[in-house]
Amino acid sequence: MQFYLPIAEVSVNIFLVLGLGGIVGVLSGMFGVGGGFLLTPLLFFIGIPPAVAVATQSTQIVASSISGVLAHLQRKTVDFKMGSILVIGGLIGAGLGVILFNYLKSLGQVDLLVRLCYVVFLGVIGGLMFIESLRAMRRQKQGYIPAARRKRGLVETLPFKMRFRTSGLYISVIPPLIVGLCVGVLSAIMGVGGGFIMIPAMIYVLHMPTKVVVGTSLYQIIFVTAFTTILHSVTSQTVDVVLALLLLLGAVIGAQIGTQIGAKLKAEQLRILLATMVLLVCFKIALELLIEPSELYSISRVAILP
Amino acid sequence: MIRLFFVLFLFIASATKAENIVLGMNHDEVKITANFDGSEILIFGAIKREAPQAEGALGVIVTIVGPNERVKVRRKERKFGIWMNTDEIEVDAAPSFYAVSTSMPWAEIISDTDDLRHRISIPRAIRAVDTRVTDTELFNEALKRIRETQGKYGIYENGVILDQDTLFQTRIPMPANLTAGDYKTRIFLTRDKKVVSSFDTTIDVRKVGIEDFLYTLAHEKPFLYALMSLLIAVVAGWGASAFFRMLRTQ
Repeated sequence: MQFYLPIAEVSVNIFLVLGLGGIVGVLSGMFGVGGGFLLTPLLFFIGIPPAVAVATQSTQIVASSISGVLAHLQRKTVDFKMGSILVIGGLIGAGLGVILFNYLKSLGQVDLLVRLCYVVFLGVIGGLMFIESLRAMRRQKQGYIPAARRKRGLVETLPFKMRFRTSGLYISVIPPLIVGLCVGVLSAIMGVGGGFIMIPAMIYVLHMPTKVVVGTSLYQIIFVTAFTTILHSVTSQTVDVVLALLLLLGAVIGAQIGTQIGAKLKAEQLRILLATMVLLVCFKIALELLIEPSELYSISRVAILP
Repeated sequence: MIRLFFVLFLFIASATKAENIVLGMNHDEVKITANFDGSEILIFGAIKREAPQAEGALGVIVTIVGPNERVKVRRKERKFGIWMNTDEIEVDAAPSFYAVSTSMPWAEIISDTDDLRHRISIPRAIRAVDTRVTDTELFNEALKRIRETQGKYGIYENGVILDQDTLFQTRIPMPANLTAGDYKTRIFLTRDKKVVSSFDTTIDVRKVGIEDFLYTLAHEKPFLYALMSLLIAVVAGWGASAFFRMLRTQ
């Protein structure tokens, strides 16, 4: 069954979109990741214009993060003070990201930027995860005890210190602002929540306790992606709410299945699976950039004339 | 002078009167709805004559032209090992849709002069181009080629069925991703490669219902549209997870 998307202005198969949402939902349920970094490239593959894919993804992330945020609020595992600093950085970053996005769009280079960002980030993260989980599997076999975490460094020495009670930290506001800003830029350019960058940064750079990391990152993501939705919608009218809803529907159902599967697999197996998948998507996008395309020319509409 | 005018007028009047087009269509509007998956327009008609038929091969050409757009055509080149857009040209006005259907092969139905005068074939319809690039012709060709593969441009030679030099009909396919607007429809009657009569009408292509509502809102009140999208997202996201939680606890 075909469905005409009003903003993307393409007719898509409704089951294909639901299925994509579903697959990503399964993955996010299995691995506990947002899945935006997989869904956006999949949308490119089915012919959604990259600008629409990226902008629509932010709406979909708002939808898929809301229940997570509510759950963490109930459990009181959100550090509001830290979260708010991350949000401030995130909003600034999203603003900068959208300016860059629209500037490159006018030059016709936005597709390239989005694809390059994906290749770099998916490559680095997939690669690191892959190596890390291989090591962890080997260590388990040898009964190796991981080395103790090294002492805190640079973050301690910066000015504008603030006390974060929930996280039990007394650190400068500069690192969380920068982390938030980077995530904001990525959110605007790549259509991702940015959890895959923020969570490691919170643990390894800000040294936040693990139990507040997920809730606080979701708290930041929901505000920043909501803001990104508004910015994309106002500046380039590329948010397709129908597409977002279809994806969401698939994703919610998929996540239920994913959680069941995830519970049956070991953590290392899960990680290596996820890493493989991330690397595959990265490889596919990279190939598209490296191999000579069958059509060298492309058309983009500037205006409809009366 | 006045007499000359009069004679000329009579001549034109009789020329147009000799063979006139009477037209019918299966629909004169195309509605882009949620399940819109392209359309096919059936155009049919008859040639009305008040005098015996003149000599010469009779041809019918049907064209449908969508709203004009200003577009950019970009070309990729390999730089630093990756393929990226480099050169671009801007085309002032290119029709968003262009279909030509004829009752005979193109070369036999119309002369170049008449094609030029009435701007019938596709190359004649794409208006010239600015620019810094030297090989603009390649870009124009690419524009036509891409739109042809998208089903937006097409020449259907022998697409018009002409019956006993009187009744004609043609089917013109339209793809799903149409630009909304007035689609100018023209029918030309040619005799010995010269246009002897023509008829104009329009097909109204527009988004209706939810498609129209969302598109208009997104373009005219984008902030409101964004807030609405967010509200829908929040309600749907929360509702869906609440629903599944309820299922699990039961």
